[in-house]
Amino acid sequence: MSLLQIERLGIAFGGLRAVHDVSFSVEPGEIVSVIGPNGAGKTTLFNMISGVYRPGSGRVRLKGEDVTGMEPFRLAARGMSRTFQNLQIFQNMTVLENAMAGFHLQERGPVLADLLNLPSSRRRTRMAEEGARELLTRVGLERAADREAGNLSYGSLKRLEIARALAMKPAVLLLDEPAAGCNAVETEEIDHLIAEVAGSGVAILLVEHDMKMVMRISNHIVVLDHGEKIAEGPPEAVSRNPAVIAAYLGTEAADADS
Amino acid sequence: MRLSSKHLTLIVMAALIAAAPFFFPSGYYFRVGALIFVNALAVTGIVILTGYAGQISLGHAGFAGIGGYACALAPVHLGLHPALAVVLGAVISAVLAFLVGRPILRLKGYYLGVASLGFGILVAMVLNNERGLTKGPDGIEVPDLGLRAVLKGWGLDLSNGEFWYAFTGICLVIGAWIALNLFNSPTGRALRALHGSEVAAGTVGIDVARVKLQAFVISAVYASVAGSLTALQNKFITPDIAGFMHSVEMVTMAVLGGVGSVPGAILGAGILTLLPQVLTVFAEYEQLILGLVMMLVMIFLREGLVPSILRKFRGRGE
Repeated sequence: MSLLQIERLGIAFGGLRAVHDVSFSVEPGEIVSVIGPNGAGKTTLFNMISGVYRPGSGRVRLKGEDVTGMEPFRLAARGMSRTFQNLQIFQNMTVLENAMAGFHLQERGPVLADLLNLPSSRRRTRMAEEGARELLTRVGLERAADREAGNLSYGSLKRLEIARALAMKPAVLLLDEPAAGCNAVETEEIDHLIAEVAGSGVAILLVEHDMKMVMRISNHIVVLDHGEKIAEGPPEAVSRNPAVIAAYLGTEAADADS
Repeated sequence: MRLSSKHLTLIVMAALIAAAPFFFPSGYYFRVGALIFVNALAVTGIVILTGYAGQISLGHAGFAGIGGYACALAPVHLGLHPALAVVLGAVISAVLAFLVGRPILRLKGYYLGVASLGFGILVAMVLNNERGLTKGPDGIEVPDLGLRAVLKGWGLDLSNGEFWYAFTGICLVIGAWIALNLFNSPTGRALRALHGSEVAAGTVGIDVARVKLQAFVISAVYASVAGSLTALQNKFITPDIAGFMHSVEMVTMAVLGGVGSVPGAILGAGILTLLPQVLTVFAEYEQLILGLVMMLVMIFLREGLVPSILRKFRGRGE
């Protein structure tokens, strides 16, 4: 039994098959990347796995349990977390509070205790704050803790989003283009961070455009084209696969045909 | 212990409430002060709902109406002490907020604004038309709270104005304390997180519909208690307390002072309560002025008075 198992997942938007019959699995500590030309259905696949879209067909299994189409907050409680291509930071909160929000499942308690500031509520807040500061140190943001999140640089926000996702100690972490819009230095920082997280036993599913990064850090690559899986395997094998090369080099020709 | 901004806010508030009477030109201002405190209490509830959680209600006066009429009716029909009637009103408001909010808050978007608007209108209609129970638009008498007599028995002889000034002032400080506690608590962080991004709130495990509902119920209790205090203080209540204008007033007060900030809510309530008292022209054109204030704030001070002023200070300090 794999940690995360994708079985024949598919969805259609008004007759257009955005994703069709895609299967693969992710093991603990493994980095699996989903690649493919623009419009191949990578983000759609991601949104189905993370509960944003309800799949039209197929199953998603997490730790063997069927979690197909489950709402994101229920998936979170079962150990799945994600980041977003177009950053979803709580801009109205400080950097520290953003990271603390990641501890929600561990820090939540009776509302009445929170309203009356009972010792149990203060203890939960302290626990989240300690954990959050530790995580901020891990991603190199400890000195920005009290700044408003909206004022951080793009690369820092990307790392903050990863820190927030790690706060809930996920078993599976979905990263949607974590290096998009980052410069070379920032990409390398994120690169190291992802490898380190995987090293701690978290299963990572990655969508990324930066091919160098994908080839460098992935254990396993799934290639999508026109919503279907056309290849799968370790980086070396995938990069030599003729179908993959055709999909990437042949996109222009294919577009011209249609 | 380091003085947190929460404690500082509460101490400044308590000091201002205690010191203000020394500058009152006449006893009438005790009453104005008590009006401000009651409005500020209701608006503190709006801060939790709108400022923390980002949800809009246009029917909170409905809950004030329930709290107010509970104090008028429960002592007469159920034989409850007026103080317990306040609690009963709060419980009824909480239950109704739960029932109205539960289906609505599962939907994304501004449905709560519309649903709460309908709810507020409904409450006002019932209060106006159920003459047998509420005596209709002319209003109904409310029994005395009785606390002033108790204090007198203990040797603390306050005038009616002084008593209500002190009592509502204490209620406001407690209400502000609770709202500030919530801000930095796990629930408060969840509320502010979903305000920032509902999608991201979901991915960290926040049950968005559930915590929104919690905010709605809490803010309804604030409005209900404020309504009860209004009724008990005036010893009389009319259905106007549940009217649409009162709902709009609450939101405008919150927006003017700064909807994300408890001191802002109190300042907003202070300004908009005081103006009609000192300038009669404001009382006549209240609706016009509320609309104008709302527009001007949205154009020039989108965060409201207090946050904008604080930002200016911090900007200079750095």
